[in-house]
Amino acid sequence: MSQFARNLQDQVARAEKGGSIPTDTPRSIIQIQNVTRKFGDFVAVNDVSLTIYEGELFSLLGGSGCGKTTLLRMLAGFETPSSGRILIDGQDMTHIPPFERPVNMMFQSYALFPHMTVEQNVAFGLKQDGMPSAEVKKRVAEMLDIVELSALGKRKPHQLSGGQRQRVALVRALAKRPKVLLLDEPLGALDKKLRERTQLELVNIQESLGVTFVVVTHDQEEAMTMSCRVAIMNQGRILQVDTPHAMYEYPNTRFVAEFFGSVNMFEGILVEDEADHVVIDCPELSRPIYVSHGVSGREGGTAYAAIRPEKVALSKEEPADTSRNCSTGVVQDIVYLGGESTYLVKLDSGRVVRVSLQNAYRAAEPEITWDDRVWISWQPSNVVVVSS
Amino acid sequence: MSKRSPFLISCMAFGFAFLYVPLLLLMIYSFNDSKLVTVWGGFSTRWYGELFQDDQILGAARTSLVIAAMSATLSTILGTICGLVLARFGRFRGRTLFSGMITAPLVMPEVITGLSILLLFVALEQLIGWPEGRGMTTITIAHVTFTMAYVTIIIQSRLGQMDESIEEAAMDLGARPLKVFFLITLPIIAPALLSGWLLSFTLSLDDLVIASFTAGPSSTTLPMVVFSSVRLGVTPKINALATLLVSAAAFCIVIAAIIMRRAERERERAIAKAMAEQEQM
Amino acid sequence: MSTELDPLTGGATVSPAPGAAATVAEQTKADAPPPRPKHRLYRVLFRGPLALRGRGLVIAIPYLWLLLFFLTPFAIVLKISFAEFMVGVPPYTPLVEWVDDTYLKITLAFSGYKYLLEDSMYVNAYLGSLRIAATATVLCLLLGYPMAYGIARSSPSTRNVLLLLVVLPFWTSFLIRVYAWIGILKNNGLLNNALMGLGIINEPIEMLNTEFAIYIGIVYSYLPFMILPLYTTLEKLDGSLLEAAMDLGCRPWKAFLKVTLPLSMPGIVAGCMLVFIPSVGEFVIPDLLGGASTLMIGKVMWNEFFQNRDWPTASAVAIAMLILLVLPIVGFQRYQLVQEEKAREGSK
Ligand SMILES: Nc1ncnc2c1ncn2[C@@H]1O[C@H](COP(=O)(O)OP(=O)(O)O)[C@@H](O)[C@H]1O
Ligand SMILES: [Mg+2]
Repeated sequence: MSQFARNLQDQVARAEKGGSIPTDTPRSIIQIQNVTRKFGDFVAVNDVSLTIYEGELFSLLGGSGCGKTTLLRMLAGFETPSSGRILIDGQDMTHIPPFERPVNMMFQSYALFPHMTVEQNVAFGLKQDGMPSAEVKKRVAEMLDIVELSALGKRKPHQLSGGQRQRVALVRALAKRPKVLLLDEPLGALDKKLRERTQLELVNIQESLGVTFVVVTHDQEEAMTMSCRVAIMNQGRILQVDTPHAMYEYPNTRFVAEFFGSVNMFEGILVEDEADHVVIDCPELSRPIYVSHGVSGREGGTAYAAIRPEKVALSKEEPADTSRNCSTGVVQDIVYLGGESTYLVKLDSGRVVRVSLQNAYRAAEPEITWDDRVWISWQPSNVVVVSS
Repeated sequence: MSKRSPFLISCMAFGFAFLYVPLLLLMIYSFNDSKLVTVWGGFSTRWYGELFQDDQILGAARTSLVIAAMSATLSTILGTICGLVLARFGRFRGRTLFSGMITAPLVMPEVITGLSILLLFVALEQLIGWPEGRGMTTITIAHVTFTMAYVTIIIQSRLGQMDESIEEAAMDLGARPLKVFFLITLPIIAPALLSGWLLSFTLSLDDLVIASFTAGPSSTTLPMVVFSSVRLGVTPKINALATLLVSAAAFCIVIAAIIMRRAERERERAIAKAMAEQEQM
Repeated sequence: MSTELDPLTGGATVSPAPGAAATVAEQTKADAPPPRPKHRLYRVLFRGPLALRGRGLVIAIPYLWLLLFFLTPFAIVLKISFAEFMVGVPPYTPLVEWVDDTYLKITLAFSGYKYLLEDSMYVNAYLGSLRIAATATVLCLLLGYPMAYGIARSSPSTRNVLLLLVVLPFWTSFLIRVYAWIGILKNNGLLNNALMGLGIINEPIEMLNTEFAIYIGIVYSYLPFMILPLYTTLEKLDGSLLEAAMDLGCRPWKAFLKVTLPLSMPGIVAGCMLVFIPSVGEFVIPDLLGGASTLMIGKVMWNEFFQNRDWPTASAVAIAMLILLVLPIVGFQRYQLVQEEKAREGSK
């Protein structure tokens, strides 16, 4: 992530907390207020409220069918909310048709006009605004230059490769300099290698133009790589809005923890609930889980403790403190993933725990191997208590 | 099972022979010098000469072509609107009746369509004095009514295949619905429009029953002339006419197929080229 | 913030949303076009209480056309079938005689339909049409299925040529194609001449003006309509399904019966409908090939109208055909559509 995005993130975080920093408070560009969209009895988007700030790259992340596209289409004006309001740049846009909105969209299928050349495609939106043709020409050349497609301006879409089409779709939507660019799975149709490269390109273009991007994606890694902030959606609702870092380290629900990266989830009873720590008794672990932050749970109630695989230590020796936050087990399987390896440790209770270790050395033989009896342990600060 | 068994081959051979031998015989005997159509009397093109001197047939052919062109144009316009309404307008009051009225002519026996629309014209003439008698106008209206169903289906299915987000993209870029239709939708579905027009043209040119009901004394169409002379027996002149009609149709179809094949190949080549470029990148 | 970083967005604002709030681009607002009044007109036309104006207009044109030229005619046919509308229009109803009396009118009104039931010709013609059309459809299927199957199994390039050959006759005149068979089937026609020439028969076989000729005519005219939908389903059929069936021990013939045939059912139904529906009401084929004695309902109605000039009876025949033939077909198609939609939803 660039320095620019970093600064923006900090500002957004402060603004969200209600801090008043008069000079460089980010301006909200999109406000979604209690928006619901129903198709018959089916609720595709359920009471969503969200603020998106000027200049940020915001991702809507969620599984297939969770309502991301529907939400995006309401921003573009192709769907009308069943209830709620949408403000763009302070204006109520809930019932404004798409062709009058100061936002543009890049479609999942690219939706390039098949009967027009690349140049004509990019010029289309400008001509609709009645821009003089000399200016249109200049702007089209400028836009094609950004994505290095100047040489292909006279081609028709079917004469382009997938990656080229994707870039034409991007600049066509950007040519009008919209206040917000909406992107529906912009990289969904590209193969993995091209996708990774394009992610960075997209971020560069976004930052150099300063246009707000709202990106829909189902790919957690993609959201993490590109976004200033991410909203996680499930069944039409937004579960959490945060920076990728906060989302990973401090998920607020089980769903978020499990969706955003892999996690070991332990269900237990909250036996001790203090302001600075909690203790969870989990039947699958032989020792209680001690968490060094308070939660707003009910003593005696069910609690979920999430521990990321890379935050679990693995060792043949007994850890210093065996009264809590550890357990014993047998290495059941080792999955070699190149940069790291995932160890599947079967605890005495039968529960399997994932542990990730960096393969920092090119050792011929790993220290810990199949069927070894091992200890797993973790720091109290590395456990997150989440709600169901 | 990728091989075709002898049974299949012989079925196909029989089927295609069944389809084409009658037409070939018709064409061969159009060059028969004898007036007796079934007895070969030597090669001659005299029937073609006589055909081109037959004012009744030539006049009827002209009438038919004019009616076919007019009704095909009108039914393409109306059918395109219908296809657009059915494919893009979602629900509206009266939609069921609308789609019912569009598809019903497809299953309606021609005799019923012909009779009913004739009775309408008669009633209208009594009521408001229009149409005055029957003629090319009434035939055209009747033909439009039954051919627009075919155009509608062609357009509707083409619009169904078309990626709707292309139209949305145009709207997103600031084009109003009417402009989207003329700048984006229409050029993309133009080939479907052309096939719809050709189909209506052929159906209209070919129609005997509905035209017979709705024709007036001065507006005899080609099928009506052919029908009345065929009822009197096989005549070599009709053979000559048939040969011309079949050849013209075959010529157009083959040319169209070749053009389409070539365009398709070119397209494939362009795609392959773009793919290869991508590999190099 | 973004101001220093984006030389491009700062340049000009492109989408002047009416009364846009202050933006970075605000400084350049001066040279942006003023809000266009077009928007306001648009709002009046397309939004608010008159919202449907534009859409409504588009729908209205074909809607009115169909109402006037397709639906109203049936109301008139219905009226005339009860024979009350034609009073005092001598040029068109020379055969209808009734006095302008309410009671008498009602008796006459039903006589048209009573006539249909009493004269066995109409019932026979109706049943005959169904029988002939059904038989011809089966014959068409028997010839069309192997052809479609063979085409679907051909190499792609041959396939295109063969398909072209199937469709080509459709684009040539229907009347001409029926006419071609007269010359072949006549008593002194080509087929009889050939058979006699070969010494197979001594006397010409009566072929024209028989039901056999009608079958030939229908199969010949409507074969493309059978082959095309069959081809479409057979071509989509996954070849590995058959291979799987044979791998599991099915003999080819049995694999065909158990896999191919059931899976091509939609094509069979579509093809049969496409052949059956137009042939039931067919007039040209029975008239030219079937001769005077053939009883098919389309021909009966034609004669009623053009030869007897009996408009009310022709109308009554039309109404009977509509109720007994067209409505069941439309109902069946609706039912099929609903089933298809259900299946599609189920597979989701
Ligand atoms: N026009 C529509 N009519 C009915 N249901 C719809 C429509 N559009 C979307 N849906 C439903 O809404 C849900 C959310 O869809 P979508 O927003 O496209 O999900 P995704 O998150 O995969 O983009 C899906 O279950 C979909 O079936
Ligand atoms: Mg989606």
